[in-house]
Amino acid sequence: MIDRLPGEASQPLARAAIYACLVGTAMYFLAPLLVMALTSVKSMDEIRDGNLLSLPLEPTLAAWAKAWAKMRGFFWNSLLLVVPAVAISTAIGSFNGYVLTKWRFRGSETLFGMLLVGCFIPFQAILLPMARALGQFGLAGTTAGLVAVHVIYGLAFTTLFFRNFYMGLPDELIKAARIDGAGFFTIFWRIVLPLSPPIVVVCVIWQFTQIWNDFLFGVAYSSGESQPITVALNNLVNTSTGVKEYNVDMAAALLAALPTLIVYVLAGKYFVKGLTAGAVKG
Amino acid sequence: MSSLTVKNLKKSFGSTQVLKGIDLSIEAGQFLTLVGPSGCGKSTLLNIIAGLETPSTGEVWIGDRNVNRLGPKDRDIAMVFQNYALYPNMNVRKNISFGLEMRKVPKGEQDRIIDRVARMLQIEPLLDRKPAQLSGGQRQRVAMGRALARDPKLFLFDEPLSNLDAKLRVNMRAEIKELHQRLGTTIVYVTHDQIEAMTLGDRIAVLHNGEVQQFGSPSDIYENPANRFVAGFIGSPSMNFIPCEVTGSPVSGYGLTMVSEGREFVLKTGADLQSRIGKTVILGIRPEQITHVMASHLEEPFTCAATCPVHLCEPTGPDTLVTTSLNQTKVLARVRPDAAGLLGQDMELMFDLSKAVFFDPDTGSRLGLPLDRAA
Ligand SMILES: Nc1ncnc2c1ncn2[C@@H]1O[C@H](COP(=O)(O)OP(=O)(O)OP(=O)(O)O)[C@@H](O)[C@H]1O
Ligand SMILES: [Mg+2]
Repeated sequence: MIDRLPGEASQPLARAAIYACLVGTAMYFLAPLLVMALTSVKSMDEIRDGNLLSLPLEPTLAAWAKAWAKMRGFFWNSLLLVVPAVAISTAIGSFNGYVLTKWRFRGSETLFGMLLVGCFIPFQAILLPMARALGQFGLAGTTAGLVAVHVIYGLAFTTLFFRNFYMGLPDELIKAARIDGAGFFTIFWRIVLPLSPPIVVVCVIWQFTQIWNDFLFGVAYSSGESQPITVALNNLVNTSTGVKEYNVDMAAALLAALPTLIVYVLAGKYFVKGLTAGAVKG
Repeated sequence: MSSLTVKNLKKSFGSTQVLKGIDLSIEAGQFLTLVGPSGCGKSTLLNIIAGLETPSTGEVWIGDRNVNRLGPKDRDIAMVFQNYALYPNMNVRKNISFGLEMRKVPKGEQDRIIDRVARMLQIEPLLDRKPAQLSGGQRQRVAMGRALARDPKLFLFDEPLSNLDAKLRVNMRAEIKELHQRLGTTIVYVTHDQIEAMTLGDRIAVLHNGEVQQFGSPSDIYENPANRFVAGFIGSPSMNFIPCEVTGSPVSGYGLTMVSEGREFVLKTGADLQSRIGKTVILGIRPEQITHVMASHLEEPFTCAATCPVHLCEPTGPDTLVTTSLNQTKVLARVRPDAAGLLGQDMELMFDLSKAVFFDPDTGSRLGLPLDRAA
């Protein structure tokens, strides 16, 4: 045994063990991604001959080009769906949070409690009633309809995020602004919103990932040309006609996953910060 | 600048009644301090005056206007909060000008006002900083600046100094007082610090349990407390409350029997305690009225000396606080440091009862008031 000083954590052996453990875990989780990436740049011949983890002998982007050609339209569909759905649900959530914390009214806590229940309603439970409602509003099968579904379903979460964040804003801030002569909307716009970026980031990331990755609502409420990318990916991978092109499938899957990855890489830091951000000190 | 009147104000949150009928009135230019223990409803009262809360019943008048139906922005008031409530997203300049902007003051005029306020409060170098980049004292100044920028009829302060350290607090206290004397504005100032209340106010309202216990000038409240609560709350260290039996008669005058470690003596008083002869009352006597013996004072009518044990000595600098015991009650005396007795020994203490007050042991209400006050 090596002599240890109490509290000394930087033992080389212990360190090595920790790193080995971490690297092992990381590899375990990254392996599928690696297999996908490798497969997507191989040719079909190579895929048939080689093994899953072998490096490509002649890397080619042909599969990516093919996948992009097939998925491009649906990629835009998803973008057209996600951007308004995220923007609207975040905006309304922020407004709800403001009202529920800074302009309480009789029953506002109850209302919030009921809204919270919305976080726990499983997708499946609202599939049929929602389809009926969309039909009645003439929104069945349209992007607008899908946006509406995501906004409504997301509101419970966005309201919760903003409400909890605004709880940390001192009420005196609002009182001071009221005495200064600012009204309901001015206070929201000039005081509350400018203090909200940390929670807006959290909310946007959360909603973006939820909506972009959603399959069930997409498959249920959209049709044909307006389908989001997740549904298109499923259709692509599940075609029973012709040869299975694994490289194209993998490239398409990576394409579908790319935007959420990018959002995490760009804004992940703020996500963690925003989740832990407490009261704004005046 | 405007007078303020509050009439029979009541406020309940759900089933708890926080204010139970408040009546107050000050003239234009007066400085009113609201003082009371935590949770007694001071902030609630201030918020109602500001229009940030609605009273359950009662009226608020600013000047000759009933403002019950007006929102905070139409009452022409300014308020400084305990936690300052500076807008964190705006720099100091914006913080001060926000209220002006909301009231559509022209830009040039705004700049002039900011200059004036910044000079007055010496915050010119800070104008471009965000609140997070300021120290506590600087934030406090900015909060005052924001209030001073508009020339309101009434200033409301909600414990503006309680987040500052002791020394800064004393400085700012003096500055607020000076500011009031210079500007002559009407101010309502909430504090739970009785020294702040005494030093700042022209008028003091002592609040407790949602009621005004006493409303008067600082000296009135200090020397003529309306009840035991006020007597104990105002003054530091607190007034001594000693239960004792009343002896004597209207002819010979009244005496109070004291027992200290087997020694018995009688303190003479000029208060009218006829109805309490043979019964127990609470003697209220401030620490500075129990001192070391000064021969020249012993001649005065209600002053006498007695030997008491010294249980504790606490030097404060100018005086030493000596703890003794009378009628099994802890009693504090304020003596000159070099005259203080030694711990565990006896010392001669001089009791000056000319300003002593008396309370009913059960209700805590004031007894034996000079006849013209007993109304
Ligand atoms: N919105 C509210 N709902 C219910 N009760 C409240 C509300 N606001 C205040 N209270 C209660 O009213 C009482 C008085 O509160 P207030 O804030 O006026 O006290 P305060 O005298 O300012 O105390 P402090 O010195 O601690 O600031 C407290 O018991 C408090 O719990
Ligand atoms: Mg308070």
